[in-house]
This record gives sequence, structure tokens and C-alpha cells, in this order.
Amino acid sequence: MKARSPALQVLLGVAPILLTLVAATAILLVAGANPLAAFGQIISGAFESPRKLADVAMAMVPLLLCAAGMLVTFAAGLWNIGVEGQVVAGALATTWVALRLNAPAAVLLPLTVLAGMAGGALWGLLIGLIRTKGKVNEIFAGLGLNYVSMALTNYLIFGPWKPPDGATMSGTDPFPRAAWMPVIGTSRASLPAILLAVAGIVVIWWLLRDSQWGLRLKAVGQNENAAYRLGIRTSREIVLAFMVCGMLAGLAGSLQTTAVYRRLIPSISGGYGYMAQLVVLLSGLRAQAVPLVVLFFAAIQVGSPRLELRMYLDSSLGGVLQAGTVLFFLLVRGLRQRLSKE
Amino acid sequence: MAPTLLVQTISSVVAASTPLVFAGLGETLTEKAGVTNLSLDGTILLSAMTAFAVAYLSGSLLLGILAAMLVGALIALLVAWGSIALKQNQVAIGFVLTLLCADLSSFLGRPFVRIPGPSVPHLPIPGLVAIPVVGPILFNHNLLVYLSFALAIGVWLWIGHTRQGLVLRSVGERPESAYARGVNVHRTRYLYTLLGGALVGLAGATYSLSVKLGWSHRHTAGEGWIALAIVIFGGWSPWRVVLGAYFFGALKSLGSLMQPAFPDVPTQVFQAAPFALMIVVLVLASGDLKERLLALMHPRMRRLLSGMVRAGPPAALGKPFEPD
Repeated sequence: MKARSPALQVLLGVAPILLTLVAATAILLVAGANPLAAFGQIISGAFESPRKLADVAMAMVPLLLCAAGMLVTFAAGLWNIGVEGQVVAGALATTWVALRLNAPAAVLLPLTVLAGMAGGALWGLLIGLIRTKGKVNEIFAGLGLNYVSMALTNYLIFGPWKPPDGATMSGTDPFPRAAWMPVIGTSRASLPAILLAVAGIVVIWWLLRDSQWGLRLKAVGQNENAAYRLGIRTSREIVLAFMVCGMLAGLAGSLQTTAVYRRLIPSISGGYGYMAQLVVLLSGLRAQAVPLVVLFFAAIQVGSPRLELRMYLDSSLGGVLQAGTVLFFLLVRGLRQRLSKE
Repeated sequence: MAPTLLVQTISSVVAASTPLVFAGLGETLTEKAGVTNLSLDGTILLSAMTAFAVAYLSGSLLLGILAAMLVGALIALLVAWGSIALKQNQVAIGFVLTLLCADLSSFLGRPFVRIPGPSVPHLPIPGLVAIPVVGPILFNHNLLVYLSFALAIGVWLWIGHTRQGLVLRSVGERPESAYARGVNVHRTRYLYTLLGGALVGLAGATYSLSVKLGWSHRHTAGEGWIALAIVIFGGWSPWRVVLGAYFFGALKSLGSLMQPAFPDVPTQVFQAAPFALMIVVLVLASGDLKERLLALMHPRMRRLLSGMVRAGPPAALGKPFEPD
């Protein structure tokens, strides 16, 4: 195997993004749109003003938390596609607390956070039990429960939690002010939410790198049977991994309700759970790479609705760019490994 | 008259389950070769959109269906190439493609949302349709439905009763032995992944041109996951996969039939029911519960039943093969 020049390394590193841009250009041409204008709209839609930057920061919050959680389940070798449902469960638990309890902000806000984490953890427990006791692959357990969580949200919004003057797709009534996460000045950026997200990823990075628990998880992830023979209670570790992930995802859901929408809306998870799966894959399962990838994803997320407003294109182009980058990342990685062998 | 209503309902279930039959059989062929194509949900969306768009623009149903099958095969090619040649994780590639194709279908399908367009014409089979009960249930449909019957029988015969089927199974169960006997393992896997993908594409076309006409945002979302679950639930056996497809099709029709009868039950319960049931069914199909139920039975009964319900995945499913 020959050592490669740094230039080639850099080229291979940015290749997935370049290939995605080429593919997206072709797709935009098929749709009859000007590719440069479309990319320009996404970039300016994400970065043009302080207001937009605040939106990007707030989009990073759920992505960081969900990605942190998924680093845990990936370490244990699990495909936690149920993160989306865990986000929703956190949002539902938080909504319940916010709408039902009458307390000052100093009491209510911590309770909403704890409720969100508990709700997500419970949803994770459910997935973990279906996997360990029911012997059902976690992909199907998680995915099935994602649909159940969406139905549950709609049921609650159109049933028990419907506003007095009738239920609509815009969700429940706004929460009482005591359940609003404080924001910086008149912006939409909430400092507590951002700090919680940063804390989440840092703690998980540290735990996975340095703790006994992290080592046990990796042992389970590398070889479940061997870990079991070494005396690790694998079922317990797996359930715990789902619960820890659920806790972080639930916190993400909680903050979506208290810091972003200040109410429960039907699509409260906003697809962040699925997106975080892509984030973790693109970061190569390394916690230290997650923040940069999250920034990239959040910018696309905030920038792409601009396509609808200005160019009458569907904002799902943002999702195409995100998933496309990950697909090309996997393919380029495979090609590199193949070339370095020859 | 009640009996006619029942016959009509069963007939509509048969028609509505057709895409699941195609997708289930396609994925069974792929997984029998040892490859999991997890991208079904996205593939069905993108191929459904393609079928409708191409048929609408060209005026040719056949062209629409072929385009959808081509899309399905191309996505499957990415799964096969990424996992076989490039040795990347099959689940990762499949999942990424699921999301990618779903968003791509929304983006490219936008001009075709909720416009009236072509559909596969109804074609009762003269003579056969007059047979009481069986006629209206099986022979009062369109060509796609008849094709699904033929395919069900064909795949069952192919996998279980031909030499090529034996080769297919050996590649999924023991690729090393198959290789030692001169079978080209990788080529076989490519072939069946592409074939399976084309059938999943056909499932997509069946939605937009026959079962759920036209195109809308996330038109068929969720169906691909149900199809994947059906393959597990069906124990990778073609006839049981087909039964599973009809079972889930029936459940769905039952849901929409019962909804008006139970106005107090929120509609969301009916929407989520197939997915909740998917989990329950998988617990029954793969868990210890089945073994416990079998243990309660009379030994003779147990022997008879266990052959029918016990079936594991192909031994080499999802495992890369390295000839050396």
C-alpha cells in the first residue's frame, strides 16, 4: 500500500460532497430549475441573517442530541431506527407536564426536561424489550413504533389535548409562559437548549471513550455472543443502550416543544430522528466528527424551505442532498478501501 | 345480500394486496440469495412516482411499468454494488437509499401531485369470471393482478423445484460450498438482487397505476416496511410470503371498512394498526412465544405445525462472501 499525497486525501475527503452536487445538479436540470440559483437559495436561506443563524443553531439542537444517543446504540451494534418515536415520546411527556401542571417556570421547566427524558427512555425501553424478549430485529420494532408514536400524537392533538375552539393541524394550544424555554433577546435561539445539546454530545463522547460502560457496550457491539460468554449481561446492556438513547432523543423532543414551537404539533419530531441516523453514518460513528456534520445538515434543513418560497421547488431537495452525501460517502469509502488493497 | 358483499370485499382485498405480493416475492428472491435490500420503502415510492409520471407523459402504461421496474433494479444495483463489491454495510446503504428515494420522489413528483392520469384497465377473464364465488374473487381484476398470481406460482416453483432454485438457496445458505461447486456466488447475488428490485419497482407501479391511483406526497409511505416484515413473517417461503401479503391487505381493508362502524374509535388507531400488528406478528414469528405455544400442543400436532411455522433466515443473509 502506497502512501498517498495530501492533495489526494483532501480530494477523497470532499468527493462525497462534490459527487452529491453533481448528482443534485442533474436532478435540478431534470426538474427544469437553475441549479446554481437553487444552491444559492439554500445557502442564503441558512446564513443570510442573524435570525437565520439562530434557526440553524436551533436545528442543531435535536440533531446533536439524537446523534449523541445513536452513538450509544451504534456502539452496541444496534440500528435504532426508532429514534424518531423516542423524540415524539419525549415531546408527548413534556406536553403532558406543560399543559397539566401549574407551576412557576423555575419548577416547571426542569420538570418538562425530566419528563421528556423519561418519556424517551420509556419508548427506548419498549424497543429494547421487543428486541431482547421478543427477539424481533430492532429495525422493525423501532420503525413500527415510529408509526404508532405519530398516530398517538395525532390522537392526542385531535382528542384529549384539543384546544377549546377546535382541533387543527397547527397543534395544541400554546403552552403557558412558564413552560417556555428562555430565548436570547428577541431571537429564536434558546441558550439552555443549546447548552443541553452540547452537554449531551460531550458527555456521550467522554463516556464512550473512557468509561467501563462504554467498553462493555463496544464489546456487545463487536460480538454479542462473545461478550455474553465474558460475563457481560448483554440483554441488560442492550436495553440500557436503547434507554440512554431514548433519554437524549426524548430531550430533543422536549426542547422542540418548549424551546421551538411552544406547543405540540403533529409532526413534532420533524424527521430529525431519521436525519440523525444519516449524521452518525456520515461522521463514521465518531463523536468528534458529529458537530461539523450536524452543522452541515442543519444549514440544509433551514435553507431548503427557501426553494418553495422563491423557486416553487419542493424543499425535499434538502433531504436529497443530505442522504445523497451519505450515500456517496459510503460508496467512496468502499472504493478507497478497494483501491488501497490492490 | 351479505354473501355478495363478502365476495366483493375479498375480491377488493386480492386487488389491494397485489403490490405487497410483488414486493414480498421480490425481496424473498433477494434475501434467498443472501442479500437484504432494506430500501423497499423508498424504492416503492420512487418507482410509483416514476410509473405514473412516465405513463402520464408518454401515454403508455407499459412504458410506465417498465420504467418503474428499471428504477427498482437500479436502486437494487446500488445496494448490491455497495455491499458486494465495496463491502459497505448492507443495512446502512439500504437505509440511506430509503430516505434518499423518498425525498427524491417528493422532489421530482411535485408536478404530478393529484392530477388525473392513466390506470391499468379492468379486464375480467371471460368464462372464468362466471364461476360462482371463485370467479369474482380471482378473475375479475386487471392484468397486473393476474400477473401476481402467475408470479407467486412461478417463484414458488423456481425456488423449490428447479436446479436454478437450488443454486439460489445454496448461495444464501452456504456460499462457500456453492463456490466450491463452481457457482459464481457474486454474480448470482447481483442477479437476484436486481431481479428482486425490479419486482419491488413493479409493486410501486401497481400502486400508482392500479391500487392507489396517481401520485401524492409520500404516496405509499410505510408499505415497503410492511413488505420487509412480511418476508420475515413468511419465513422466507414464497407461499407463506404471499399469504402474509394478503393477510396485511385484508387487515387494511378491514380497517377502512370498520372505521365508519366505530365512529368513537379515533381514525389514528386504524392508521397505526398495521404497524402495531407488524410488531406483534414478528414477535410471534421470531420469538420464544411460538416455541412455548408449540410445546403446549399434542406431539403429532406439533410436528405437523412446526414444519409450517418454523423457518429461519438464509444462513448467510447479510454476510459478505470472500472467495479465496
